[in-house]
Amino acid sequence: MASVSMTVNGKQVSATVDPRTLLAQFLREHLHLTGTHVGCDTSQCGACVVHVNGRAVKSCTTLAVSCDGATVTTIEGIGTADNLHPMQAAFRENHGLQCGFCTPGMIMSAIDIVNRKGNKLDEHTIREELEGNICRCTGYHNIVKAVAQGAAAMK
Amino acid sequence: MYAFNYHAPKTVRQAATLLAKNEDGKVLAGGQTLLPTMKQRLASPSALIDLNHAEGMSGIEQKGRNIVIGAMTRHADVATSAVVKNALPALAALAGGIGDPAVRNRGTIGGSIANNDPAADYPSAVLALGATIVTNKRKIAADDFFQGMFATALEEGEIIVKVSFPIPSKAAYEKFPNPASRYALVGVFVAKKGADVRVAVTGAGSNGVFRSKECEAALAARFNAKSLDGVKVSASGLNADMHASADYRAHLIPVMAKRAVDKALAK
Repeated sequence: MASVSMTVNGKQVSATVDPRTLLAQFLREHLHLTGTHVGCDTSQCGACVVHVNGRAVKSCTTLAVSCDGATVTTIEGIGTADNLHPMQAAFRENHGLQCGFCTPGMIMSAIDIVNRKGNKLDEHTIREELEGNICRCTGYHNIVKAVAQGAAAMK
Repeated sequence: MYAFNYHAPKTVRQAATLLAKNEDGKVLAGGQTLLPTMKQRLASPSALIDLNHAEGMSGIEQKGRNIVIGAMTRHADVATSAVVKNALPALAALAGGIGDPAVRNRGTIGGSIANNDPAADYPSAVLALGATIVTNKRKIAADDFFQGMFATALEEGEIIVKVSFPIPSKAAYEKFPNPASRYALVGVFVAKKGADVRVAVTGAGSNGVFRSKECEAALAARFNAKSLDGVKVSASGLNADMHASADYRAHLIPVMAKRAVDKALAK
């Protein structure tokens, strides 16, 4: 067993875990933050994307113990039901989802794109940058629209 | 994933000691290959020596005519580094084309090189640029480092600390990505430094990254895409799988080399 401490959505958490606990498992099973989804479990689909020290990572391919001392933000940490994050609002307004399984990862990746590339994103950039996030329902059109609008709204 | 003992050394020296103590132990860098491999139970190290908390292992600096990159430097940091973009834009572009953005935020240059996946991008840059791999024990020239698929000159207890790239006069990388995995079906890195032209190929060789003597000889005469007209690369020793035959990969090598030369000259 190994001890791990990190700040998750602004709250300090500490736990003793089996070292093979993935960050996604730690968030879901230890902290009960089930907004972070595990789709493929092979780092292809991006449903598990969270921010570690401000950068998007695939939490199914990161050990929780490697994040000791880190600051982690999950989909639960960016807005509330009454006060959605601008990117969440844009996904709702553009219907950037169907089943919704990929949406937490899409939104966390989208915010990361804005952090890196700014508020004015063209369609090509959005599609390229969403390479690591797979949606099996929508065909991406509304997701791309949502990201563009959310990016502009984050200004 | 099978159970393992976990260690988080604070220094390279501690990491090396732990590695020596733990038979079947493995070093964990970004984990973008090692963790998936462990999840599939294709690897079951007795211990992981995690370098994510080791100090002084990441960072990028220009030292004279070399770009020196710490082993734990993430692909995203190489891709966006002003120093790399200015002195060695081909390397920044290569790093920016690995995996996807979230993978690039985690994966490291040292991890990629130590793993020496036959379809990884970085080994081609290291070999074409004639980089020097600096470990906790010694310096290894790129030509001596890569020793076949997933095999390197690294000895037991040896850890890559940094990689030093001589700045070329012209360089570029072109890859033909597998449309599903985005790994290189064929990736070609060309570099010219003075009269020396080196062409390294990844993704194609069944024994990992290699230099294409045919392309190098043609480009040594004149560094121009036209010099590669009619150059034939032998399909012997090249990979054949459901994605491409050995002949197709052989055909792609001069094609990607041409594109890379055009790109290098366009800068």
